[in-house]
Amino acid sequence: MPYNYMEIQKKSTSHIHAVRIGNTPVDGGTRAFSLEIGGQNCLPFHHFEGTYPNRPIVAWEVTDVRPHDWCDTAAEPYLDVLDEPIAWARSVVERRGARLICLTLRGTHPDRENRSGAEAAELVTRLLREVNVPLIIKGAGPGEKQNQVLSACAEAAQGERCLLASAVEEHYKTPVASAMAYGHAVIAETPIDVNLCKQLNILISDLHFPPDRIVIDPLTGGLGYGMEYTYSVMERIRLQALDGDAMMQMPFICFVGQEVWKVKEVKVPEEKEPLWGDRKKRGILWEIATAASLLYAGADILVMRHPDAIAAVEKTIDELMVKT
Amino acid sequence: MKLTGLQIFKLLPNKNCKECGSQTCLAFAMKLAAKQAKLDACPYVSDEAREKLGAAAAPPIRLVSIGTGDRAVSIGEELVMFRHEKTFFHKTALAAQVDDAMERDELLSRLQLACSFLVERAGERLALDLIAVKETSGAPERFAETIRTVQEKCPLPLVLISRNALCISAGLDVAGSSRPLLWGAEIAHADEVAALAKRFSVPLVVEGPGGIDELTALACRVEQSGVEDILLAPMSDGAATRLRDFTLLRRRALSRSFPGTGFPLIMSARGSGYEGAVAAAGGICKYASVIVIEEPALWEYLPLLTLRQNIYTDPQKPLQVDPGIYRIGEAAEDSPLLVTTNFSLTYFMVSTEIEASEIPSRLLVTDAEGQSVLTAWAAGKFNAEVIAKAVTAHGLTTSVPHRRIIIPGYVAMISGDLEDKLPGWNVMVGPQESADIPAYMKDVCKKRGQATL
Repeated sequence: MPYNYMEIQKKSTSHIHAVRIGNTPVDGGTRAFSLEIGGQNCLPFHHFEGTYPNRPIVAWEVTDVRPHDWCDTAAEPYLDVLDEPIAWARSVVERRGARLICLTLRGTHPDRENRSGAEAAELVTRLLREVNVPLIIKGAGPGEKQNQVLSACAEAAQGERCLLASAVEEHYKTPVASAMAYGHAVIAETPIDVNLCKQLNILISDLHFPPDRIVIDPLTGGLGYGMEYTYSVMERIRLQALDGDAMMQMPFICFVGQEVWKVKEVKVPEEKEPLWGDRKKRGILWEIATAASLLYAGADILVMRHPDAIAAVEKTIDELMVKT
Repeated sequence: MKLTGLQIFKLLPNKNCKECGSQTCLAFAMKLAAKQAKLDACPYVSDEAREKLGAAAAPPIRLVSIGTGDRAVSIGEELVMFRHEKTFFHKTALAAQVDDAMERDELLSRLQLACSFLVERAGERLALDLIAVKETSGAPERFAETIRTVQEKCPLPLVLISRNALCISAGLDVAGSSRPLLWGAEIAHADEVAALAKRFSVPLVVEGPGGIDELTALACRVEQSGVEDILLAPMSDGAATRLRDFTLLRRRALSRSFPGTGFPLIMSARGSGYEGAVAAAGGICKYASVIVIEEPALWEYLPLLTLRQNIYTDPQKPLQVDPGIYRIGEAAEDSPLLVTTNFSLTYFMVSTEIEASEIPSRLLVTDAEGQSVLTAWAAGKFNAEVIAKAVTAHGLTTSVPHRRIIIPGYVAMISGDLEDKLPGWNVMVGPQESADIPAYMKDVCKKRGQATL
């Protein structure tokens, strides 16, 4: 059934769930503020035909161990803190105005440093003590190990309303149970597919997990590497949500940085491809263009890396949030 | 609105004269509805019916061409709000702007960068489409001279931007025969500029600062004065307003019930550095048919053209790369050999990760009709037989001394079968996810204690 956008303007009975990330003392946490995403009853930034209460948020990615495979141009602004996640998180919050941190626990992956769940939980505890903004806790990839790591971290962050990443269809019960037990929100990740997205939201809801604590990760492709699939899947999910499908009415998170900074186009030096122009700016624009397009498709959280890219995207969000 | 055969039949003279070649008017109407006949075949059709049928057959957004010859650009004729509903047809045309107040050296270098940019990506040639020449000098002579220089140095069609009727006239005297797009019909002297556009029969941009209703009213007036090819330039301030105006104009055009809306949209991407690029990105996603980049920089071209390629890809058709052997890094015959399918996304991800492993390799891409590994395997298009045939067809049986092939982890179940079909070969099962390729490759190399497999 094609969706009738003419009709949708007239009815705003359906809206996207408002999801809170971060608890202040009022809600039993220690964050300086809570963030709310979602809550809109219209297409992205269509203020002229609906309400769009919450601006999309950029989350700054911080890794638990030195990210050796980050592209040099993305790592360059953080050279003094790359080995020290706490200092790194503090510097983006205090010096660069970050309001949301995404702690990526790459070092827990069995093929990398294989850090334990206890080590990861200890880092989360310290981070929550040192930095007072809301937190996304991201495991190193689905599987038994990630389940252990996430449940240990969820317990360490009890009551703080972090966002746990991620529940996937093969491994959804443990992350969801951890989020339920310790009061967190959870990301439901599916591989660029409308039906699978709905299916996983149903499975999670069947565990009696509240829908206003689920965030959809549609799986992001970087610009030129599948972005167009992500873009249309997001548009379709959002249209169905506004059309009344309760199992689609969750906000989106897009992991932009990790996809963008591994592609050829951000790495190839000018001398090799003189037509491609300045490598640093080209790479930063690769991240900006991916993020900006996904904003138009409905992204509510963008996880990004380069400060200049984030600044440009924040400016775009400012512009897009002007009431029309 | 598309008319049915019966609706068309009611508009025909109902003489059943057979002069159109059909047995009856009803049969002819059915052929018209199926686009198998042309209305001109009926000698007795009334003017009123012709108009009704013509309006119904016309696309909701007019197709406009800019330039002449093989570099001409077509825009418009879009049918949907969202690309997944069908596809977007005519790619946003990107224009690099120069102006007539520039120093000659700067003008030449900007032209050179814009015109020489050509990159092959995913089987498509990416290049800029237009050069916009903006008049800021107020001097007709200087504007004409700049246009002459641009035409001399650059084969791309032009956009002429000026609010000065004398300058526009001088510009058209130079470039009028090459069908440039004329941007200068603001409300103050729209009639005068429309007359020039009509005389030179060039497409015309109509702009209005007073919102989209005023803009479309002006477009109706210009259309009535005899200009057929019109573009609309809503003077929207800021991204949210632009999104609103472009969205409403596209909606109204598709509904066919708002006069003056059925034309392609054009915008300027203002600001230097990332600002102009972000504005352009928004325009590519949301309904701009032409974007004039006011302060273009070389490093913007590849990201913006890649974004355009993404957004204008047909979502119904799987993107394919050509089957064959792809060398990644300085690969030689004794380098590792991997195999995957020719779904573009699969190929891009796999080749990017092999590159990231920094181990030069060869990647055999088989013809799976553009399906991903698992889908192709389920459909019988990526199995032991297919892979063995491809290995043989590409002469790999004799040109791979180590006789080892790495297959995707998702088709581990075919490895035994493949070893039967490739006698003497060792089939290795790689990871399921492309992201794990670098770790896998390094691990295998380490185990073998050498830099190659």
